[in-house]
Amino acid sequence: MKILVPIKRVADPNNANKVKVAPDGSSVTSEGLEWKLNPFDEWSLEAALRLTENAADKSRVGEVVLVSIGPSDATQTIRQGLAMGAERAIRVEGDDAQLDAWQVANVLAAVAKKEEPDLIVMGKQVVDGDSNVVPQYVAELLGWPALNYAQLLKLSADGKTIAAQRELDTGVETLEVDGPAVITCADRILHPQAVKNGVTPDDFAYPVAEGGRYASLKGIMQAKKKPIAEMSMADLGVDAAASVQYIAFELPPARSGNTVFVESVDELVQKLHTDAKVL
Amino acid sequence: MTDILVVAELYEGKNRKTTLSAVAFARQVAEATSGAFDILSIGEGANAAAQELAGFGARKILETEIAGGYVAENLAATVAGAAKGYGVVVAAGTAYGKDLLSRAAGKLAAGVAPDISAVRVDGGELVYTRPMYAGNVIATMKVTTPIQFVTVRQTDFEAAAASGGSSPIEKFAAQADEVAKRLRFGSLESVKSERPELTEADVIVAGGRALKSEDNFKNVIDPLADALGAAVGASRAACDAGYVAADLQIGQTGKLVAPKLYLAIGISGAIQHLAGMKGSKVIVAINKDKEAPIAQVADYFFVADLFDAVPALTEAVKKLATAG
Ligand SMILES: Cc1cc2nc3c(=O)[nH]c(=O)nc-3n(C[C@H](O)[C@H](O)[C@H](O)COP(=O)(O)OP(=O)(O)OC[C@H]3O[C@@H](n4cnc5c(N)ncnc54)[C@H](O)[C@@H]3O)c2cc1C
Ligand SMILES: Nc1ncnc2c1ncn2[C@@H]1O[C@H](COP(=O)(O)O)[C@@H](O)[C@H]1O
Repeated sequence: MKILVPIKRVADPNNANKVKVAPDGSSVTSEGLEWKLNPFDEWSLEAALRLTENAADKSRVGEVVLVSIGPSDATQTIRQGLAMGAERAIRVEGDDAQLDAWQVANVLAAVAKKEEPDLIVMGKQVVDGDSNVVPQYVAELLGWPALNYAQLLKLSADGKTIAAQRELDTGVETLEVDGPAVITCADRILHPQAVKNGVTPDDFAYPVAEGGRYASLKGIMQAKKKPIAEMSMADLGVDAAASVQYIAFELPPARSGNTVFVESVDELVQKLHTDAKVL
Repeated sequence: MTDILVVAELYEGKNRKTTLSAVAFARQVAEATSGAFDILSIGEGANAAAQELAGFGARKILETEIAGGYVAENLAATVAGAAKGYGVVVAAGTAYGKDLLSRAAGKLAAGVAPDISAVRVDGGELVYTRPMYAGNVIATMKVTTPIQFVTVRQTDFEAAAASGGSSPIEKFAAQADEVAKRLRFGSLESVKSERPELTEADVIVAGGRALKSEDNFKNVIDPLADALGAAVGASRAACDAGYVAADLQIGQTGKLVAPKLYLAIGISGAIQHLAGMKGSKVIVAINKDKEAPIAQVADYFFVADLFDAVPALTEAVKKLATAG
């Protein structure tokens, strides 16, 4: 099983309220914030690693290939993914802040055609752009099914079919998908038993986690030696035009009013009733 | 002049209210550009759903009955086929809308403006406003392809009201898509509740990790929600721990809500949670820790142990209701 995992760096999402915009509104600046792996990509990478390992004896039974479109600075984020356990990576030179979803998808589809993975497991959205568009574009460009928002993945014995559950607004959908396919993951994919690959014993439970696995010291050391192939969009024969244009950025208005600290339930009810008039 | 196609969102053979947010967008753009809007009712039960939508001022309603549960691959080719000739295709920015419209847009190499909060016409062009960075940056953008795909935030486009009249309904032929054969729908399990739906409620009682168990959630949060006639919501931590169903998650990954009253109970107020609820009109926090980041958005903050405060609040709300 070979899985392609597209990843992107983002300004530290836990400090997203510290991003600024240029005085002329032409760009977002995240200076002073650390680059992190997009959390949704990290979760998907975790799912991909679970699909390609025997967790009981900690051996690898498949290959995870990372791909990121970004400038050379993005290499640092790629190394983080390699340290978590991916075997190798591809960096496609490009300005990740400028390329739009259509362009990114065309690059990812071109890489997929070259690599011919069994699955692409990717983030449902990047937490800077918050789009949730690229995965469906990639699937469409490849003519593959897209399984968005997976919370449970169970690989068939031959590795070709996935029994899945995914989270929709109206509930949990159970479905089956024939690979190769594009998969994105919901939060619950990190559940101790959310991913079954037929190699790791079915009753194996991963530790409870809110994010992907931590890189071990050994993993970090090994990541330094893992190969990162570099290529350009021209190398891949991609020349897609932008489909959207960003014009300006601004900070949202602050919520007006101060916080009123109440001392008792009665005071809270009275304030909600007479001041806020919501009870 | 811009003609708009609204893609209705069906659930169990009925329209979800989300569709009416997309209709609100369509009306606004049609009016501003002297265009017209049509509605595509597609999926299982499309016929009955089309009837439900006849009184909203659409020029016509296209109706494509497609059996089977929801998978985008079953519908996207038809949506893309129907889209030809329109300037804009719109749906609500729900899991359904985002999944389906991006797939259909891909078939036409069309650009997508996802999850927009506003639209205006500027020099004959549509300019969209959309929050990014979990709501910490507001961007303005355009779509530069001939057909534009848009998903709208329900919290910013209030459901359109019926306007009378009766739009004619036409059948639109379903278009097959080879790729659909590679997905097989099994079932959709929904947790049914008598309470209002999260995205439609005027009042939301949301609980967090501090509830500690499914039972506590039921015994502490539910009675308050019932006393208030409110919907129940939750933080990711509460959903992850299985205290409530995942579709009650509010935030960057979950649902967007903007009720008149939002009670955050035992929720710290992480950036990703705030992203989903900071548009609420009045926010109340009940939390042991007065430094919790929820204070950044709370209008009222009761520093207390929720296990004492919430049952007392429930009683006080009931008393207020009987006092009338
Ligand atoms: C990419 C990404 C997306 C995410 N998306 C979402 C999302 O959509 N929605 C979401 O909610 N989160 C989301 N999160 C998770 C988010 O970062 C937080 O981890 C989560 O919101 C925390 O949930 P909580 O507030 O219930 O728990 P905690 O942060 O643990 O807070 C519990 C609170 O309860 C208080 N408390 C404890 N005991 C009591 C008591 N007895 N009485 C009163 N108060 C008490 C504590 O003081 C604390 O403030 C996301 C994270 C990432 C990385
Ligand atoms: N520059 C990039 N390089 C690699 N993958 C990307 C890039 N941008 C987006 N992606 C992938 O596409 C997913 C969805 O992005 P989006 O649709 O832009 O929200 C992300 O979670 C990544 O997996």
